Amino acid sequence: MIESIDHNSSQLNASGQLKHFLTTEDLPATLLNEILDTANSFLDMSSQQVKKVPLLRGKTVVNLFFEPSTRTSSTFELAAKRLSADVLNLNISSSSTSKGESLKDTLMTLEAMHADMFVVRHPDSGAAHFIANQVTPNIAVINAGDGRHAHPTQAMLDMLTIKRCKGDFSGLVVAIVGDILHSRVARSQIHALRTLGVAEIRVIAPKTLIPKDIEFMGVKVYTDMLQGIKDCDVVGMLRLQKERMNSALLPSESEFFKLYGLNSEKLKLAKPDAIVMHPGPINRGVEIESAVADGPQSTILQQVTNGIAVRMAVMSMAISGQLNNSNSSVQR
Amino acid sequence: MPSSNHNVDFLLLQMTEALRKLLTDNEISDPLFIGIRSGGIWIADKLHQNLAIAEPLGTLDISFYRDDFTRIGLDPKVQPSKLPSSTQDRHIILVDDVIKTGRTIRAALNELFDYGRPASVTLVALLDLGCRELPIAADIIGSSLRLNTDQHIKLIGPEPLALEISQRPGSE
Repeated sequence: MIESIDHNSSQLNASGQLKHFLTTEDLPATLLNEILDTANSFLDMSSQQVKKVPLLRGKTVVNLFFEPSTRTSSTFELAAKRLSADVLNLNISSSSTSKGESLKDTLMTLEAMHADMFVVRHPDSGAAHFIANQVTPNIAVINAGDGRHAHPTQAMLDMLTIKRCKGDFSGLVVAIVGDILHSRVARSQIHALRTLGVAEIRVIAPKTLIPKDIEFMGVKVYTDMLQGIKDCDVVGMLRLQKERMNSALLPSESEFFKLYGLNSEKLKLAKPDAIVMHPGPINRGVEIESAVADGPQSTILQQVTNGIAVRMAVMSMAISGQLNNSNSSVQR
Repeated sequence: MPSSNHNVDFLLLQMTEALRKLLTDNEISDPLFIGIRSGGIWIADKLHQNLAIAEPLGTLDISFYRDDFTRIGLDPKVQPSKLPSSTQDRHIILVDDVIKTGRTIRAALNELFDYGRPASVTLVALLDLGCRELPIAADIIGSSLRLNTDQHIKLIGPEPLALEISQRPGSE
């Protein structure tokens, strides 16, 4: 089943600017493009000697991680620091909940510390929306992954990677391969790809790892990878989420790799200039062969760099949207 | 009374000569031209052509360095800054179309210094509108102008460049 949450545009302010970033679903193409353009400007900052801008100086960003994460939390931390914000990293799974504090009490405590933004990672779908509805107005909430629901910054860094490699979205055939069922990344990618107007979205996975009503999201379903990957411009691999699998959905990892792992042979079926993406961390030899992961078509490391820029973009846009609730005009 | 028929090309020629003299007097042989988006880039481009500088023009978008972010938020049309090489030990000619409060230049200087420590920065502006709020002065200006509070001036371009004065009732 696809988990869907009523957003009723709770992530936009009255002037249609981002004030929280909770999902890529239902956001207009102009806004997604604005995120990509802003991120692109931050990407060029890497040529500066001082890789920092003063935009969020004096703002406090709290990384609220209820689920372990290394790369997402560290790139959010770095993004906030490059915007000159102060950053507090809280690993809640090992802290207050174990002492019995409720989520609401935790939030109120952090608000009393004058936090301006919560970056939330949570194992439950809808947790970021819940927190966005709970916090005092003028605190921005960024979803860093909630259950199986959404991982919008990952999706947008993938969009930035596609845009920088391919230039334009129209005409592209994009395949998403692997554990679609448990993947919040896949869901957020599909929403963003549809809005940005790619020609075709395919999902490739064994039947047991495909959500039942996924066709309604406007994708083509393939259970045969050899057919699905044919003539693709972009191959987006997903991580096999072993920690989320509590039933026997797979025969074995080696069987999975044989059928749905990406190796050089299968990649030859895609377009010769196809790019290969993976959100990481990669299970080498389970979803992807090392030769492909480290090969010339792989964008895995560019994705990490792009992730910092995208996170800087949505953080500054959301703070801006909170500050700017009524006045949308920028004047000199 | 300010008029809209300031001849931009004529002002640019005067500025080119003033700049040529300044470069000679200060013995600067390899200046790095940087224009501030967007009008400043047009002016910098003309001066850069007139002086036949080989090195490409740098462009600066100061959106990430503005001091009014907490008041008006982020400009959705922000573009990357592009500097051709390091600003370290370079003589920089920083160009904008209009100088008024001085806040744009403050932001531009801050951004510039994040790219390195320049040897010097020379400020060039087509128009000086007065009303300074910060202790910043241009080294070379095309013309000085005082507008009424309801008037607004805008550089139209890039080809041809022209100045347009409009009345904005009720605005600052």
